[in-house]
Amino acid sequence: MQPIRIEEVQTVLNQFKGQDVYLHLETTNGAYAAHHNEGFFSAGAYIRNGRIRFSHGKIVGKGPYRIGLKLELGWIYAEGLTDWEMTDKGQLLLAGHDYEGKLAVALQLSHEPF
Amino acid sequence: MERHVLVVFPHPDDEAFGVSGTLAMHAEKGTPITYACLTLGEMGRNMGTPPFANRETLPLIRKQELKAACEAIGIDDLRLLGFRDKTIEFEDEELIADRISAIIAETNPSLIITFYPGYSVHPDHDACGAAVIHAVQRIPKEERPIVHCVAFAKNCEQDLGKPDIVRDVSAVIDKKIAAIQAHRSQTEGLMSAASKRGGDALEWLKTERFWTYKWEN
Repeated sequence: MQPIRIEEVQTVLNQFKGQDVYLHLETTNGAYAAHHNEGFFSAGAYIRNGRIRFSHGKIVGKGPYRIGLKLELGWIYAEGLTDWEMTDKGQLLLAGHDYEGKLAVALQLSHEPF
Repeated sequence: MERHVLVVFPHPDDEAFGVSGTLAMHAEKGTPITYACLTLGEMGRNMGTPPFANRETLPLIRKQELKAACEAIGIDDLRLLGFRDKTIEFEDEELIADRISAIIAETNPSLIITFYPGYSVHPDHDACGAAVIHAVQRIPKEERPIVHCVAFAKNCEQDLGKPDIVRDVSAVIDKKIAAIQAHRSQTEGLMSAASKRGGDALEWLKTERFWTYKWEN
């Protein structure tokens, strides 16, 4: 993956709007967070291959970045995004890596199921 | 000497730190080993140091790493069960137990190694161990293979007592370190940090600890 370039990501986001696409969205602090630090409140969420359609998608921030996708009846958003990649299958992969390089958040869009 | 050792863990690399020395010692004696790995660790947070994997390539990379680790240890029968990382505790336990029962019936192990349910920190570890215990419990008590469990929850010694098996694996430490290093995406950062610390930072790898599972019924 490469550091996010906001204009390029915005251009690709626009190519996914107005059609059924598949979403991977996760946040994670790792399954060991509370083991290593007993005061840590472990939380995360995960969705893979959610079929969505957004009318408007936007990337904002100065890095780490935030992305919001406006649905017909709601919203999807992620924050803490640092890196991105387009796969040879045309999938948009975005991830947020923490200061140790560990994945903390991922937002991915694909025209076909992951 | 064991007749056949069956190892069941949820993630590639679960075998490396806790039990690869023990497995290498069994392999050196010529004991056949089957390793059933439930997932490909698709949800790992380590992407390499510096990162070379992403969410979609990580399972493919980890599969290759797992094969290399098995080679280093001397495991020639690796079974990839195709479950998804971090979903084991949500799966139907009967379904996982059925898969494990089938492998037990096929390989007829005298020893099974897995995680101690409830004392293994990661929800996948606990659910994996619970499914294995469930599968073995289907066998009449007097015919069951021995089950050695790995545990590392903070309260494991308080609740379970001291591990009844404490094995010195320093004779095969090179194989163990090779197995750990084979999981490059997950361990490279950790191992280079340990070698920078120097001294006896890797001393703990020379001992492996197991609790023999005690059947209540």
